[in-house]
Amino acid sequence: MAGSEPILERLEHADRRWIFLIMLVAITVPLFLRVDLPIRVSPEVKGFYAALEALEPGDIVYFAADYDPGSKPELDPMIKAALDHLCRKDVRIIAATLWPAGPPLLEAALDSIAMGRYHKTYGTDFVNLGFKEGKENVMVQLGKSFRAVYPNDYYGTPVGELPLLAAKNAAGGWAVDTFRDVKLLVNISAGYPGTKEWVQQVRTRYDIPIVSGCTAVSAPEDYAYIRSNQLSGLLGGLSGAAEYEKMIGVPGWGTVGMSAQSLGHVTIVVLILIGNVLYFLNRRRRKEAA
Amino acid sequence: MSHDLWIWMAAILTLAIMSYLYKDNPVYKTAEYLFVGVASGYFLSIYYNNVMVPNLFEPVGAGVGGLFTGKFTWDLWRVGALILGMMLFTRLIPRFSWTSRWPMGLLVGAYSGLAIIGFAQGDFMSQIQDSLIPLVEPGTAGAFAAAHGFTARLIAALDLLANGVLLLGLLSTLYYFFFSQEHIGFSGRVAKVGIWFLMISFGASYGFTVMARVSLALDRLRFLLSDWIGLRII
Amino acid sequence: MRREVPLLITMIVGWFMVLEFFFPQAEKWSSELQNWAIIMTALASVLGVANVARINMLKVSRRDRDWRYSIVLLAGMAFMVLLGTVFPMVRSLFHIDSSWAIGGGEFMGVTYGPYRLSGVAAGTVFNQFYDFMFVPMQATMFALLAFFIASAAYRSFRIRSVEAGLLAIAAVVIMIGRVPLGREIWHGLPEISDWIMSVPNLAAKRAILIGAALGAIATGLKVIMGIERNFLGGD
Repeated sequence: MAGSEPILERLEHADRRWIFLIMLVAITVPLFLRVDLPIRVSPEVKGFYAALEALEPGDIVYFAADYDPGSKPELDPMIKAALDHLCRKDVRIIAATLWPAGPPLLEAALDSIAMGRYHKTYGTDFVNLGFKEGKENVMVQLGKSFRAVYPNDYYGTPVGELPLLAAKNAAGGWAVDTFRDVKLLVNISAGYPGTKEWVQQVRTRYDIPIVSGCTAVSAPEDYAYIRSNQLSGLLGGLSGAAEYEKMIGVPGWGTVGMSAQSLGHVTIVVLILIGNVLYFLNRRRRKEAA
Repeated sequence: MSHDLWIWMAAILTLAIMSYLYKDNPVYKTAEYLFVGVASGYFLSIYYNNVMVPNLFEPVGAGVGGLFTGKFTWDLWRVGALILGMMLFTRLIPRFSWTSRWPMGLLVGAYSGLAIIGFAQGDFMSQIQDSLIPLVEPGTAGAFAAAHGFTARLIAALDLLANGVLLLGLLSTLYYFFFSQEHIGFSGRVAKVGIWFLMISFGASYGFTVMARVSLALDRLRFLLSDWIGLRII
Repeated sequence: MRREVPLLITMIVGWFMVLEFFFPQAEKWSSELQNWAIIMTALASVLGVANVARINMLKVSRRDRDWRYSIVLLAGMAFMVLLGTVFPMVRSLFHIDSSWAIGGGEFMGVTYGPYRLSGVAAGTVFNQFYDFMFVPMQATMFALLAFFIASAAYRSFRIRSVEAGLLAIAAVVIMIGRVPLGREIWHGLPEISDWIMSVPNLAAKRAILIGAALGAIATGLKVIMGIERNFLGGD
């Protein structure tokens, strides 16, 4: 009808701020209306869980938390859940990061979970080596010597003074100094350097199993590494965090955010549908008018 | 409402950045420039405390000190890294900027060498090796025959076809990227199949990207509504 | 000399990194080169920060457009550098043991501090500004993307071809299948979503990985053999 035509055109080219408002309402309302839907655990998350569950008390894990505040909402739940799992199993943790904005976030997670929840002792049960620049160079160097890359921890303490790293082996060398002394590499990654580089530089070179938690943006690419067994497990985005929280029985922000996340996705799908319906209606009208 | 001034500062800055959604404005610009300044200062401090001091200044200091006691250590070689690193800063002086090519050459060489090995064994060899799979995964035919119900049969059928589809997708997509031969006729149809698989993977990536972005927005809203305003949310 | 010496450095270092994988005897030298690369990568990042400061100081001195915002930038940078670099340097050089703590009071029911003035770890003023300035601003900048992706989904996502339709179908299945709501709509949706990720998505991504790997290997070889020289820039 002649009177409705401009409306459809106006709707198709609506000011984007109306779309922002719709999106804002769509993801805000579910924050007040919690709907607990059962969470299904995907195979790659089961792999991540199984790899950590297979560790024995006293085993050592290298925890690479390569992220920054821009990816904190997705990766913090994973990090806290993984640390919870490791601490529960009395696994010793060597934590570090290759992202310059990562150290305070890693410190906060370790303080909250390892010290706060499980009362682990810094230096004996876990250490925070902090940040090191160098990307792939650091990864390869770590396979030869942790202390060559990290002579001090994040707080400036020489690693030789930390009981976890100061132990000597029977031959008189350092008992914990390379990836060969570590049972598993847990990588939580926001991009470059991250999972891809750990797999490329460390997985085959030093034959250490790797599990990864990554942002949802990076996850599709990492499926190739899961399939080829270069990664033993993968947590992809907030939904991966929610599935993992379900497996360890400690619901966190991952679980809680799923209902709002669901409605956000539905909103995007509806916007795509409406946008296309309007586009095809207007295109037909323009063809008929021409 | 929170009484914590730190939370108020964070909330005001959050809203300042979010004001860009309405339109670009001086409040957003101020917050943006402040962020760049604070971030730059943060990065410099982290590099100083976490890299320069433990990996450069302390070893070089120990090495130089060792010289005075007649003890040579390998750490002294780090002086070379310091000299080359200082040459990087000549990029700021146009007359001497050519000297920055020396450290750039070292960095480019180091990363290129590592990239060759990393890509060769991490991506190339491993991915090809894992692609040498049977057309039908053992056990999937039996699972398909034993499945009952539409959904179960559909999923069993997809599992039965999985390896074949994977190989088809891999080969057709690899062929699409082979631009030395014109994509016409049969080769054009193969390339077209490759494009379809690429589109499916891009759609999957788009879906995951949406998931990532929505998660980030949710967290900021949680902070504003719960930590700042004090509303009870989930 | 201006181009030959850096090229020679590139070739020697590059070949060392490659040959180290095959000849463990080269490990000691390649380890030292990697230590140098670690230090120099950090100094390159410091150069970037120095450049930001230089550009903004020039903006202020010339009263260029938006020069007042540059003052805000420089003030923020100076503040963080003072707390995180200058104070620790001074304490280290002059062997000052005192913690330089401030705060430790209460205001409107909230306890503030004490905060150490020097250093970057938790409990320092530096860390407080990281937590309540850097983190919220960077997180919010990324959070804006959710709104932009919604706008793009409505205004730009047009299904005009079979290929676009495949992209849309895959996107919708993944978006709904990966969240708990998907299972409520149809209990087979999560498995279909998993299959899409593990088969067609994997096939295409693997092809891209293999192709990119070939390209990276070829480029890397060209660099360490001295054929690729663009990184040297002009003369």
